[in-house]
Amino acid sequence: MSHSRAQLKKDLLGWLWVSPWVIGFLAFLAIPMGMSLYYSFTDYPLLESPVWIGMGNWKRMLSDEVFHAAILRTAWYAILFIPIATAMALVIAALLNEKVKAGGFFQAAVFIPTLVPMAGSAMIWLWMLNGEYGLINQAIHAAFGWAGIEGPNWLQNANWAMPSILMISLWSIGQMVVVYLAALKEVPDELLEAGALDGMGPVRRFFNITLPMISPVILFNIITLMIGSLQVFAIPYVLSAATPGNDPRAMYFFTSSMYDNAFRYNQMGYASAQAWLQLLITLGLTAIMFAASKKLVHYRA
Amino acid sequence: MAREGSSTVVGVRRGLVSRVLVYGTLIVIAITFLMPLVWMFATSLKTAGEASRSTFSLLPTPPSAAVTNAVKNYSDVWNDPTVRFPLYLRNTLIIASLSVIGMTLSSAIVAFGFARLEWRGKKALFAFVLATMMIPFPVVMGPMFLLFSEIGWIGSLKPLWVPAFFANAFNVFMLRQFFMGIPKELDEAARIDGCSSWGIFWRIIVPLSKPALAVVALFHFVFVWNDFLGPLIFLNHQDQFTLALGLQLYQSKAGQTPWNLLMSASTLVIAPVLVVFLLAQGALVKSVATTGIKG
Repeated sequence: MSHSRAQLKKDLLGWLWVSPWVIGFLAFLAIPMGMSLYYSFTDYPLLESPVWIGMGNWKRMLSDEVFHAAILRTAWYAILFIPIATAMALVIAALLNEKVKAGGFFQAAVFIPTLVPMAGSAMIWLWMLNGEYGLINQAIHAAFGWAGIEGPNWLQNANWAMPSILMISLWSIGQMVVVYLAALKEVPDELLEAGALDGMGPVRRFFNITLPMISPVILFNIITLMIGSLQVFAIPYVLSAATPGNDPRAMYFFTSSMYDNAFRYNQMGYASAQAWLQLLITLGLTAIMFAASKKLVHYRA
Repeated sequence: MAREGSSTVVGVRRGLVSRVLVYGTLIVIAITFLMPLVWMFATSLKTAGEASRSTFSLLPTPPSAAVTNAVKNYSDVWNDPTVRFPLYLRNTLIIASLSVIGMTLSSAIVAFGFARLEWRGKKALFAFVLATMMIPFPVVMGPMFLLFSEIGWIGSLKPLWVPAFFANAFNVFMLRQFFMGIPKELDEAARIDGCSSWGIFWRIIVPLSKPALAVVALFHFVFVWNDFLGPLIFLNHQDQFTLALGLQLYQSKAGQTPWNLLMSASTLVIAPVLVVFLLAQGALVKSVATTGIKG
């Protein structure tokens, strides 16, 4: 009897210590999620009470072409950004792993841009990508001007919006570089030496030994990138507001549509349905990635 | 194996070539990543006319004019009558200091419960905490706005700092890892001496975890400083704006903002986080590395 009472006391104490998170979870996550699930089945113009419309919002999503374009653009962004960012971060980390001098400086140079606020980043690149005076086009002119090749008017031209946003996103891959570098340092030297003795060149050693060894870290980072890519919002939002001449749809993403419906068009019901679609896509893709990676990812025993 | 020993001279030369390649690539990468910031700062040292010139030069002409240009540009930005950066700095500092305190303290408390106490349901709840990291913020932003306006918080800074007092899954995860590395014998010795669990937390765990707590505080500071979507949704009056929002307002205000002034404003907003980074570089980079691997 007294044993179980002592146990109960311990249990209560444990839950007491973690209660801040539990309360925060209920107040700022569980309840809002429940609300948005309910709103997703209602017409809710904010000034009036929500009215149940069943699957109305979900059906509307099927025929909303602006929303389809936004989802497609977000998908393209993720499909392009994730592999390019992962490859770039791995290459830079592998170079830093070559026992270079001043490695701390190079690492800092790549890491610093990740600290720049997105609003600041948008301003800097608004300037860098300026068609007339921007540094990028000055560099293109200096390198290829003799051949008559000039840079495009990046942000004013709908076709160049995606490359611009990718470039800005790639500027802040520094955290991933740091993570990959730390993972590379944990690959045992003996394994690489054994590979060299078997006659493997550096490239084969990288693909046959190093990559499998760090594959769990790569999987984790790819999932993080995927979740982040689906939510991309601030930079395209600021840039499209800053370039009035541009086609506003060129920088319209999944979350842009949610933001507009919720806070500009006062359609909380429709915005909530979109939000839940985003959640379901995020969870679905994460589950698929975990399942598909079972064979590819190598976990050390 | 026979090839290895064939000629050391060739080996050394090949080593040299690959060293040069590695350093050359790294130097190009470093310049590429730093150039946007250098260019931003350089533009802030020019006059409006010099900034809008299509020939490349980092410094104004004559270079000695950089100082007078800088003084003029930065004071123009600081004293702008409509976009009030001093006020936005104050707002940002209020939100940042309150939420850094709240986040560090509450995350440490929750992490202690997971790392140092034995209770039923702990493992399952911890797995659940980690799973919630996947939930996108946009999913809850609409209802959160409605809840905050229901209780009258829209129009104040509260929506941006009160939630910080209820911990955050990622920080709990990080601190739990750190706390678990502290020998358990310390707890038992203290318990025998009559220490309560709060005493163990406050007198043993917290003093031994200062580096990890500092990292959580720094990262949360950077997060608050940089947050855009939160202030955009929850702040509806210009007097409450943070620096990140103010910067966008400055860019979009009536009439075209000259590039040299826009870059001065950007420098003002970005510089504090970079200073924080330079002061704490080692600790920050190390913690990114370890949490990323163990995740």
